[in-house]
Amino acid sequence: MNHVPDENGRYGKFGGRYVPETLMNALFELEEAFNHYAKDPEFKAELQYLLKQYSGRPTPLYYAERLSKHLGGARIYLKREDLNHTGAHKINNSLAQALLAKRMGKTKVIAETGAGQHGVASATAAALLGLECKVFMGEEDTKRQQLNVFRMKLLGAEVVPVLSGTRTLKDACNETLRYWVSHVNDTYYILGSVTGPHPYPKMVRDFQRIIGDEAREQMLAEQGKLPDYVVAAVGGGSNAIGIFYPFIQDESVKLIGVEAAGKGVDSEEHAATMTKGRHGVFQGSLSYVLQDDHGQVLPAHSISAGLDYPGVGPEHSYLKDSGRAQYEPITDAEALEALQLLSRTEGIIPALESAHAIAQTMKLAPSLDKDQTIVVSLSGRGDKDVEAIMGYLGGI
Amino acid sequence: MNHIDQTFAGLKEQGKTALIPFLTVGDPDAGTTIEIIRQLEAAGADLIELGVPYSDPLADGPVIQRASGRALQHGITITECIQVAEDARKSGVKLPFILFTYYNPVLQMGLEKFFDLISKKEISGLIIPDLPTEEDAELRAMAEAANIHLIPLVAPTSKERIARITGRARGFIYCVSSLGVTGVRSDFHSGIDSFLSDVRQSTELPIAIGFGISSREHVERFSKQCDGVVVGSAIVRKIEETLPLLQSAEHRREGLEQIRQFVQGLKG
Repeated sequence: MNHVPDENGRYGKFGGRYVPETLMNALFELEEAFNHYAKDPEFKAELQYLLKQYSGRPTPLYYAERLSKHLGGARIYLKREDLNHTGAHKINNSLAQALLAKRMGKTKVIAETGAGQHGVASATAAALLGLECKVFMGEEDTKRQQLNVFRMKLLGAEVVPVLSGTRTLKDACNETLRYWVSHVNDTYYILGSVTGPHPYPKMVRDFQRIIGDEAREQMLAEQGKLPDYVVAAVGGGSNAIGIFYPFIQDESVKLIGVEAAGKGVDSEEHAATMTKGRHGVFQGSLSYVLQDDHGQVLPAHSISAGLDYPGVGPEHSYLKDSGRAQYEPITDAEALEALQLLSRTEGIIPALESAHAIAQTMKLAPSLDKDQTIVVSLSGRGDKDVEAIMGYLGGI
Repeated sequence: MNHIDQTFAGLKEQGKTALIPFLTVGDPDAGTTIEIIRQLEAAGADLIELGVPYSDPLADGPVIQRASGRALQHGITITECIQVAEDARKSGVKLPFILFTYYNPVLQMGLEKFFDLISKKEISGLIIPDLPTEEDAELRAMAEAANIHLIPLVAPTSKERIARITGRARGFIYCVSSLGVTGVRSDFHSGIDSFLSDVRQSTELPIAIGFGISSREHVERFSKQCDGVVVGSAIVRKIEETLPLLQSAEHRREGLEQIRQFVQGLKG
């Protein structure tokens, strides 16, 4: 695999900077600051301190013995990102970007959020570092994720419900970009996924790769060998890139991204961008996009607000087209079943996003030998989803 | 000679500033758009921006977002938007047309097919708000080959980028009045005059200002410094207010007349 992205933010043909001219200087300024601080020993030490003492890293790599035995195949290891402060991997990136914002002299930060996890993580990092924080969230999602809305408010952030378009993550991203265009001089945009214009996909990857760096080291320490598979859910794709990236050069390790098939990839209600999308420009980069024949972006659907997105990060498109990673769809129903299985066998209630990765693991593990291993990114905990799940399952 | 260049050259001789209205094609339908274009010409417009509706218009404020939403409800496509230019020309409209579109609809049609189509359909210029100069090499080369002007945007944040952008430009330079998306503004920032003078010094091409220009006072204020003034959201909002009239057979003429008067009022 080549070293990506290049200096123009290209992952093969994907990526780039497709944004209004007003933002271009801000993107170059951000790229310069990121390149500088990524090498700055003081910045790195402060970030490392916060990740360890504040967020609780490293997160464990847990051997899910009962789940493995139940499925009767490979040994399954869960990378417990759900045990991070605020309950998901999102804090890795939010802490890092908020710290970067502060070093750049910005006093205000903005963020978009779908499930609310990135919003909560950004509100948390802003509170910790004394920054003013606004979070844009689709009105539909504010209803699905009321607890996270309240959490953000408790943390001192302002939550701005987005009423345009589909009123979900896609339009929250549009609105955050629009707000940034208007306030670019004093506001830092903490983008939550490996999407958007360069340098965001690279920067967020570099801030999330700690997931894979730790998992790789933990696997080698515990098993003395690399895993056979790494499985992670993909909405925009930040936890997946985070765990995949350190394994990309390890050719024996198969990488599987799991996207949301909603009510089925042949229905009109899904978020299976890789399976059903085409190359296109959306929200700042060239990547796979769910769209109609005329280039209008289609609304996505998933039971999981965090996967309910018609785009995907450009590096995932690159990994797909180069064949280095494969992407599989999982339906709402399969994710719900996986969520219940993990809860009952391991006492871990996963986020609906992560439940998609578990569901793919349920399909994969039984076909493998007992000496083979799967590492699954358990990207978040399910507390935020409990009320919605109760609605779907109607009691147990 | 490109139609846009002819128009600006003619206006320069007369010492006039171009009035460049924008409208969202297909709001409320393609037939009405053509009739509105005729009114804009009658009201004294000099060039017209035809906005292609897009699902995710991230450079646009609420007024144009709503107009795009209304147009897309009828499933209008970029091909149909381009056809509007030809149909308007056939109905007697003489003004040059500039197609304003986000990049993805162009990309999905395919650049070759796109340029083949617009060269045949009376389009003289292109504005693509999410295609900055770093990403436009292929499209710019094809536009030049087709003698269609790719009109760049420069913003108050462009600074040292201004010269690089205007150096490659064709047609005119579209100066974004202030930070932010399209939409009506009550006032403009204090640095606007020095920004416009920086752009002026960087190019021989005409310069036009847009984003937030909504009244006769604005048009007059900028007529002294600019060769063209773009009025977008204010006209789209006027169309929105007039929709009940436009959609009634009985009052349609009255609605069109109100739009004409509004645009005429901008010009003074």
